[in-house]
Amino acid sequence: MKILVCISQVPDTTTKIAFSDNNTKFNTAGVTMIINPYDEWYALVRALELKETGAASAVHLITVGKAEAEPVMRKALALGGDEAIRIDTDSNDPYAVAAQIAAYAKNENYDLVLCGKESIDYNNGVTGAMLAEMLDMNYIGFATKLDISGTTATVNREIEGGEEVDTATLPLVVSCQKGMSEARIPNMRGIMAARTKPLKVVAPAEVAAVSEIVSYELPPAKTGVKMFDADNMDALVAALHSEAKVI
Amino acid sequence: MSVIVLAEHTQGSFKKKTFEAVQYAAAIAKETGTTATAVVLGTVDDGAMAQLGSYGAQKVLHISDARLDQLHTRAYTKVLAAAAEKEGAKVIVALHDVTGKAVAPRLAARLKAGMVAGAVSYPDLSKGFVIKKGVFAGKGFAYVNITSEVKVITLMPNTFQVQKTEGTATVEKLDVSFDDKDFSTQVKEVNKVTGTVPLAEAELVVSGGRGLKGPENWHILEDLAGSLGAALACSRPVADSHWRPHHEHVGQTGGTIRPNLYVAVGISGAIQHLAGVNGSKTIVVINKDPEAPFFKAADYGVVGDAMEIVPKLTEAVKKFKAAHS
Repeated sequence: MKILVCISQVPDTTTKIAFSDNNTKFNTAGVTMIINPYDEWYALVRALELKETGAASAVHLITVGKAEAEPVMRKALALGGDEAIRIDTDSNDPYAVAAQIAAYAKNENYDLVLCGKESIDYNNGVTGAMLAEMLDMNYIGFATKLDISGTTATVNREIEGGEEVDTATLPLVVSCQKGMSEARIPNMRGIMAARTKPLKVVAPAEVAAVSEIVSYELPPAKTGVKMFDADNMDALVAALHSEAKVI
Repeated sequence: MSVIVLAEHTQGSFKKKTFEAVQYAAAIAKETGTTATAVVLGTVDDGAMAQLGSYGAQKVLHISDARLDQLHTRAYTKVLAAAAEKEGAKVIVALHDVTGKAVAPRLAARLKAGMVAGAVSYPDLSKGFVIKKGVFAGKGFAYVNITSEVKVITLMPNTFQVQKTEGTATVEKLDVSFDDKDFSTQVKEVNKVTGTVPLAEAELVVSGGRGLKGPENWHILEDLAGSLGAALACSRPVADSHWRPHHEHVGQTGGTIRPNLYVAVGISGAIQHLAGVNGSKTIVVINKDPEAPFFKAADYGVVGDAMEIVPKLTEAVKKFKAAHS
């Protein structure tokens, strides 16, 4: 079984978000880029576990990005994986990103494609389902557990107010979230090995974007907190009712 | 033409968020000089579907195949694509929830449609088809212009007030032929947490952090949530320590929620936590540390020991409810 793990590079979770060029660009000055946590902690680690148990024969990592995405891909390779692929283009259009990955993956016969449930920068959470359609694969989203037996996957997925256990035949795309696996830290051997692992750069396919980000804005600042005395909870409840109108 | 909206139901009944999606689709339809058509999959009776008219749907397309009572992304995609073709729809709306997020992108890929996931505004047609959505887990917003002819939108639940109006929708049958592949995922088991409000759609949320000291103290939050009719949530350290289940974790790497009221107890307000909750309309912070960063993002604050304050707040809520019932 061959697994493809989709990796996105995102700003570190502690990043203070700012926009430049008249609010048309995300200001990356001084921002540390990391592997999208859902891609790393859940999709990648689960793929590695499946290889360690012998269920998978190969784990490939793929990203869509320019050369600045390479340090993040090396870090991902330090955790594990046999090779990385970087499609040499950049886009904020989720359809175009999925189409680029699909154009590469369609000739590689992957049995399982794993991605995080969403990237923590653009919060779309659409790549997995789009890929499934483009590659004519089954899709299960928001998975918290994944096991493979032969050509059948057993997947726990989040549903409204609970969880469901599904089975699906491979090939399959799964979007992964908390519960799937425990985060790992790359060890020195992994870091050394990652330096010599193949990181293929692939020319982008002809794909036209179908959306564009026109501008950004920051959320409105709070006007200031109103404090209540611990012995006067009636006043807080009254404010929630008559001022905030939430109860 | 028409605007298509996926009208989700739970065992035959529609929830508020579905009415919100229908109302959203109807408003876009009105703005673009057309009508809204709701698509209902699975077992629902005609009376319930006709109700969707009260939220602006002029027509309901119903496919009653009982296999569709469960989510099959291939089959759902096929149905929505067939409905869009039948109606000549250029805009397709779904909810930004577990079902919508599994189906809408698949549909967008099939129709080569541009998509906005998690819309929090109506499209601005004066600038193209520009929709606002949250980015960086709530630390910012982006305005996205969809440039393709067909457009797919998932609406963030709890964005708009739902208003019931007069109106009944006509219900028409929709026929779609399936093959085995459309149902190649099977549901083996469903485990629902009963008796609580699902967090993602809760209007009121009570949340706890490490300041509560341990899972044995959660009963004070459960009491407060019970008195308000609120859902429970928690911070990441709490979920990581297994004090509470992972699905209650809100924040940048947990769930993003935007309830009307978020009560944070014993949570300092790290930037990652704020990212997941700062879309809440009103935030109440209870913390013993007056310097806790969360107070800067709060509307109302109380400084002191949660073990003393929370029971007092619960009593005040009960008193209020008794007087207003």
